[in-house]
Formats: sequence, structure tokens, C-alpha cells
Amino acid sequence: MGQTMAEKILARATGKKALSPGDLINARIDMALGNDITAPVAIREFKKIGVEHVFDRERIALIPDHFTPNKDIQSAEQVNEIRRFVREQEIVHFYEVGRMGVEHALLPELGLVLPGEVIIGADSHTCTYGALGAFATGVGSTDLAAVMATGELWFKVPPTIRIVFKGRLAPWVGGKDLILFTIGQLGVDGARYCALEFTGPVIGELPMDGRLTISNMAIEAGAKAGLIPPDKITEEYLEGRARRPYEIILGDKDAPVLENYEWEVDDLEPQVSLPSSPANARPVSEISGTHLDQVVIGSCTNGRIDDLRVAARILKGKKVHPHVRLIVIPATQAIYLQALREGLLEIFTEAEAAVSTPTCGPCLGGHMGILAAGETALATTNRNFVGRMGDTKSKIYLAGPAVAAASAVAGCIVHPREIKGVG
Amino acid sequence: MSLLRGKVWTFGNDIDTDAIIPARYLNTSDPAELARHCMEDADPDFPRKVSPGDIIVAGKNFGCGSSREHAPLALKEAGIACVVAESFARIFYRNAINIGLPILESPEAPEVLQEGSQVEINLAEGEITELTGGRKFKAVSFPPFMQEIMATGGLINYIKGKVKK
Repeated sequence: MGQTMAEKILARATGKKALSPGDLINARIDMALGNDITAPVAIREFKKIGVEHVFDRERIALIPDHFTPNKDIQSAEQVNEIRRFVREQEIVHFYEVGRMGVEHALLPELGLVLPGEVIIGADSHTCTYGALGAFATGVGSTDLAAVMATGELWFKVPPTIRIVFKGRLAPWVGGKDLILFTIGQLGVDGARYCALEFTGPVIGELPMDGRLTISNMAIEAGAKAGLIPPDKITEEYLEGRARRPYEIILGDKDAPVLENYEWEVDDLEPQVSLPSSPANARPVSEISGTHLDQVVIGSCTNGRIDDLRVAARILKGKKVHPHVRLIVIPATQAIYLQALREGLLEIFTEAEAAVSTPTCGPCLGGHMGILAAGETALATTNRNFVGRMGDTKSKIYLAGPAVAAASAVAGCIVHPREIKGVG
Repeated sequence: MSLLRGKVWTFGNDIDTDAIIPARYLNTSDPAELARHCMEDADPDFPRKVSPGDIIVAGKNFGCGSSREHAPLALKEAGIACVVAESFARIFYRNAINIGLPILESPEAPEVLQEGSQVEINLAEGEITELTGGRKFKAVSFPPFMQEIMATGGLINYIKGKVKK
């Protein structure tokens, strides 16, 4: 009987020949991640364990990105706590303001997360690295502490739900639309405890940035991981980037899966998830005209260079609507520099958008664009829960960068083709 | 420790971690400070109303969203003795076990238990009893390995034991 990609990757990390869904295992961890919210708790728990050194100082990444550049004294203290630990343990992968990026954009960019690996992060969007063919999953701070001490962690082997996207995407439709549609179909707990696997001709054509967006939001359907089988696009992306040798692990064709969905997406419109659940996905035309106060383009979901290029194609020569605030946040320092060199930041600035240094910032209601009561935002981020971006009486719509840029110009939610001269 | 008695607070489906502890308070991980804002975005009065020993009863997918361990920490510090839910989001489930916040998964109990009712919970047996009506509910049992983590008081104590060996 064949095995899925998730089962094979976990079997390799466990030293076993084969695994089945439901098996409880202890897996070796190839990379462990923490941020400025979760790492301080992990560090304190690590110290309670009583081991002197971390298991491997090159396999831990600590990235202060949520409240950085630090927004207040308390958040500055949290980063200081990480900084002291990094020095004491000589942690190699620690990236600060000016060198940093939003963690799930930064680690793939640096070639620190690779196919066939098992990766954990004390951040729910760690599932992003599934786009590279890694089994990557979010855990809590205590789990991170355990991994820092032992290099291992327990898992229950998940069953796999396979999603096959067929057809060709229409103009202005991308990775975000595919994943919002998927979450809309499955519901916020439709893939709870499962591994999602995304395949099919549409994925085969999708560039890495779009794939990272899809895997990033697997957690929003409750999934443990969001895997995409590595192919030529993956290998090209990793060329000259991968920091370690890696082995591509693919599932067997006859591997039993829990569910298999095959969706024709030729007619898929850009998607928008209505407040207050990512599963409230609708075609943009159904809610066209919804008034907006703020638009955010950025985050670990959609702050990559392809996202900024899409937004710039729409914003070039246009102005953001007078009653809208548009905030653009390139997700890493390298993306910021690339956008600068390509003239994208000039397009945004001339369109009267605010361009920020990399940060998670407004995505989680941290800083850099908090909403007042009664305000409505459209964001390329990943969650639109009540109060996520500010007051509990504010509202958030989720969409991809094309709808976000077009809506910022229109002052209300629109399909990008509605913008004059964009087509 | 394994026999709990408390008053029920009910919540619906898909209670996310932003509702349990909003991110605006995550510039600290001080449990006492977190407890002061526990469940605030689901019920603004909750931090004032809750008493030590109280029990949360919720629908499906409790604790979905972010990985913040601050969520079970806030509940534990606020005095919540146990969370009973139809189902839990997986990261919250791990976190609760890891930090020693008792949780029980029961498909039936959340449908029946009302806000304000008194329940008795036998953690070792995974049994929930409604004290006024006397109805009993059996929770989904934990694998032996997770029971071991819980018995030692959480993952850190469990690892400590292993590291010493």
C-alpha cells in the first residue's frame, strides 16, 4: 500500500519504513522557529528543563517580527530577552530590524526550510513551508522549548486530504484566491488534524510565491500541514539558496487519502472572505461596492515580490481613493530592496500609499494600522476574526493583492477589471 | 486534583485565540496580566465574572487560529479548571496538554450543558456529570502517552524526566 507525502516525510524523520494515520511518533526536527511573542515563553520553559545547550544552534531561528520595530517598552523587553538568549546560546539564525523579514517569508528566502524536512514553529503559519515540500507545522512555546532541548517532538501522523486544481486561472486570480476558495469549501475546521496536499495542473504552473500563499493558510482550514509536491519550480527556487543538502520526498500515487477533491477553476473569480471568518469566501462580484476605510497589502501570506508586482500593475499612475488609507508592507528586507529597484515603491508612494519596513504589524492588530470602531478594512492577510486588526466593532475582508490594490483605488471592494486602464 | 466541581460558562463554535486573548495584550506573557483580558473579545465582562474553579463548555474547534500559548495560559491563570468542547483546534489541544490545563473532548456535553449549571468532572475517568439533572457524559479518552504527559504536570516535567534518564 502506498504512502502519502506527509507519511513518508514523517517516517524518514522517525527512522521508520512506513507510518499510518493515527500513529504516535517522535520525529527529529530539522528546523525550529520562534518569534517575539512566542520565543520569550519558550526560552523560560527551556531553562526549566535544565539542559545547558540547545540541541543545535544552527537549526533554531528566532525572528522578532510581530511587534517590531518595537512599538512599546514591553515589546522591546521581549526582544531583549530573545537577544540575551541568542548570545548565550550562540544561535546562528537571529535576524533583527534592518536585516529581518516576516518569519514565513524570510526562512524560505534564506533557504533555511527545505523539501523533505520536518519543521516546527511556535507560530501557526509555520505550515507555509509545505509549499517547498516540507512537513511544517505550528506548535506552542512549550513544544518549541522541548525541541530546543532535545531536537525531537511528538506528533500524531495525520491523514491526508488531497486537493487537485484543474484548468487555467483567469487574469487577476492567484494563490490567495485558490486558498480562500478551498477554505470556503472545507470550512475553518474541515481539515482539522489533517495534512492538506495541493496538486494538479494549476499548481504545476503556479510560481513559488503563489504556492507559499496557499500553504500559508492551510491552518485556516484547521490543517496541520499544507503540502505541495516539489517539482522543477521548487528546484529552481532553491538553486543557490538552499543552505543544506535536501531530499525531495513525494507521495505514492496509490496512497490512500481521507478525501480527494478535484476542482475545475477556469471560472474562479477573485475571492474575498467576509467578516469574520476566512471560510466566508465569496466571488468578488457578489460583494462589489462594499465601502472601505483601509487596505493593507503585506504579511506572511501576501507580502512577497510577486504580490507587490501585481499591486503595482494596478496602482501605476493611479491614486488611492481619498477616504482610503493604503498600507503596503514588503515582507522582508530583500523584497523591499527588490521592490525599490523595480520602481514599485515609487509607484506605491506616488499613488499615495504608505510603505512600511517589514513587520507583521497590523495583521494581528499589533501596530502600523489599527482600526477604530466601525471601520472596515480589506487586507491581504490571513485572519479576519473579530477584533483581529483593532476594535471588536471593526470589520476585515480578506483578499489577494489584485483585489486589494483595485479596491484601494475605487474606495470600495471591486474586481480589478473595474479599474480604468487595467483591463 | 482529578475531581473538579464548578460553574459552567458556555461559548459557541470556532472560538479563536484572538477571542481568548487578543494580540494587543501579547506584549507581555505575564499570566496575571493575560488573565485580566481572558475571553474579553468574546464576552467583555468575562474577566470580572469568572471565578476560580469555573468550567468553560464550548462547541467545535475551540482555540482555532494562532499558536499563542498565552491562550491556555490566560484561561488557566483566570482559574478555569477545565475546558470541555465538542472538539479542539490542534495547536490549542497540544498547548493545553503541554501546560497542564485540563481539557476534555465531548460531542454530547456541550449540546446539553447550560450556562450557570454546576458540573462535576472526573478527569481520570474522563467523566462529566451535570449536578442538577444528574446526566453523565463520557469524554474521548487520551492515548496513554498523553496521559503520561498530563500526569507529570505537562511537557516540561515529562522532558525533564527523559533528559535525566
